[in-house]
Amino acid sequence: MSFDKLRLDGVTRRFAGRPGLVDLTLTIERGEFIALLGPSGCGKSTALNCLAGLLPLSVGSIWADDTRLDTLPPERRGFGMVFQNYALFPHMSVRRNIAFGLQMRRLPRAEVRRRTDEAITLVQLEEHAAKLPGQLSGGQQQRVAIARAVVLEPALVLMDEPLSNLDAKLRLEMRTELRRLHQSLGLTTVYVTHDQEEALSLADRLVVLRDGRVQQIGTPEQLHTRPANRHVADFMGYRNLLPLTVTEKVGDRVVLARGDLRLIGTAVAPVDLGDEVTVGIRPEDLRLVDADAIPATVEVVEYQGREVAVEARTADGVRLHLRTPDRPAPGHKIHVAADPDRVLAFPTDDGAGG
Amino acid sequence: MSGRTALRHRLAERGIDRQLLLLAPAAAFVAVLFIYPFLYGVGLSLQPARGGPLGAYRQFFADPYQRDTVLTTLGLALPAALLNVAASVPIAYRMRGHRSGWRSRGKRLLTTVLVVPITLGTVLTAQGLLNFLGPTGWFNRILLATGLVDAPLRLTNNYWGVFFSLVITGFPFAFLLVLSYLSGIDPTLERAAATLGAGGAQRFRRITLPLLAPGLATTFCLTFVLAFSVFPSAVLVGDPAGQTRVISIAAYDAAYVRYDYPMAAAIAVIMGVVELAVIAAVLGWRSLLYTGSTSGGKG
Repeated sequence: MSFDKLRLDGVTRRFAGRPGLVDLTLTIERGEFIALLGPSGCGKSTALNCLAGLLPLSVGSIWADDTRLDTLPPERRGFGMVFQNYALFPHMSVRRNIAFGLQMRRLPRAEVRRRTDEAITLVQLEEHAAKLPGQLSGGQQQRVAIARAVVLEPALVLMDEPLSNLDAKLRLEMRTELRRLHQSLGLTTVYVTHDQEEALSLADRLVVLRDGRVQQIGTPEQLHTRPANRHVADFMGYRNLLPLTVTEKVGDRVVLARGDLRLIGTAVAPVDLGDEVTVGIRPEDLRLVDADAIPATVEVVEYQGREVAVEARTADGVRLHLRTPDRPAPGHKIHVAADPDRVLAFPTDDGAGG
Repeated sequence: MSGRTALRHRLAERGIDRQLLLLAPAAAFVAVLFIYPFLYGVGLSLQPARGGPLGAYRQFFADPYQRDTVLTTLGLALPAALLNVAASVPIAYRMRGHRSGWRSRGKRLLTTVLVVPITLGTVLTAQGLLNFLGPTGWFNRILLATGLVDAPLRLTNNYWGVFFSLVITGFPFAFLLVLSYLSGIDPTLERAAATLGAGGAQRFRRITLPLLAPGLATTFCLTFVLAFSVFPSAVLVGDPAGQTRVISIAAYDAAYVRYDYPMAAAIAVIMGVVELAVIAAVLGWRSLLYTGSTSGGKG
């Protein structure tokens, strides 16, 4: 089922009346790498299973160009899927696992053999082709799962947190590998993850979900620099989320204060004087300065290689997280400042809306 | 001192340590209640009144009336066990999954209904069978009333009565075992097969069945052993002098009618050997199958 555009139109899935995914509308272009991102229970896996056909929709439709897809069973959609636990057939060798989909299509034996060989070579498992999945390491199982999904040259590859069971080093390697495969095979990929760093580095576009609702759809840069609301900000690594009040306002520049804490920032959505807002700042956007800024006392210093992560507390007890190449020691008095463009004020009452 | 420590470590590495003592009560239990009576029975069977040590065995196999009980029992127990396992598979397959919602409640109810016969016991089952399938039972009355048959079908006090009884009492065991084997198979495997283009029948045949087969072999062995030692239903709903003169009746006759204990012991040993032969054949076939993990990977 190849397509130029895959369209999800108001896709909704309820579980026993409880909404799992609400009104997801999204158009995926051929060749795109889309990441569905959100905390566990946000509906991202539900969305993936709806796309795969493993869960029926409660409301909405899915279209491949002008063909309606959501009424087809999974075996007739022809999408490849990589499962979180890999779901390798434990009683079949690596080769038979990879050949399974080709055999289901009743392709000639010679073609099955050729394409299986190619896929095994692609994921560099030549020496392990005759082994059972149980005899492989986690990373090797992962590669079998990928090979099994892409050997059919599917119009869409669905990946459900495929790296979450790997250790940190392997995860980084496989991440690069996935992006390389996506580009070299010209795949269209929908990738589910709860790891914002993974999503930012892999995807062309991200869909951030929370409580089953879309919070924001955008490129990594858009999400990184301009999260649409405080939930997205929280998720995108804005560790400093401070409840402050708007005291002055010029255009979308605002002055935000509480007690002796005073910051100049940018309003993401319209705010009024006196509004309670949530101010989001990334740890790496807070700088140590000499004076004339927010005074604070260093409490915890974590070594992180080139930089250290510092937790400091202002006189009012507001906790600040920052990263700095300087090496302040616990107990030091520091001054902290941030570029007004990197200080984002979100209306506090935006709830779950997106 | 160091020598002793090293020995203890070496033994521990082979699994020999003080925890092994925890096995002692169980081992004593088995010795007293199984091994001793078994050896006693074997010894007894080798001391017949006449014909030397193997006289009882020779006598059993020389007399068709005795010898044929082996085939009669196999003829009941093998098909009944096979049917129990075969019927359990599709029902259990439909019932797995669905841990919540009205569907799960319906399935729990059905499971209860299917499993109730375990609690009934053979005698109650036999009585029910006589009432239902007997010459004047409901089943025959309905057949006669609808004109499907002219004379009542003979379904009790013959082979079929015992067969039905074995199915009714054996099915719940087979069903519960198959259900638990099935729920041990990772459900994402079938989903993965579906995304790879396999339809329902292929998913069952290529994924679930191969992973379930070792469990089916074990289930077959257990229900076969249950059915092979059939006694009450062979008497109550069978034809204990002819068609359903099973081997346990032969043993009973020898022990309590003719008071020929060596013969009864010999029959018991023959029963055990036949059972072992069938189980060995099934387990031999099972060892050719994939018997490893039934999950799809880590996680």
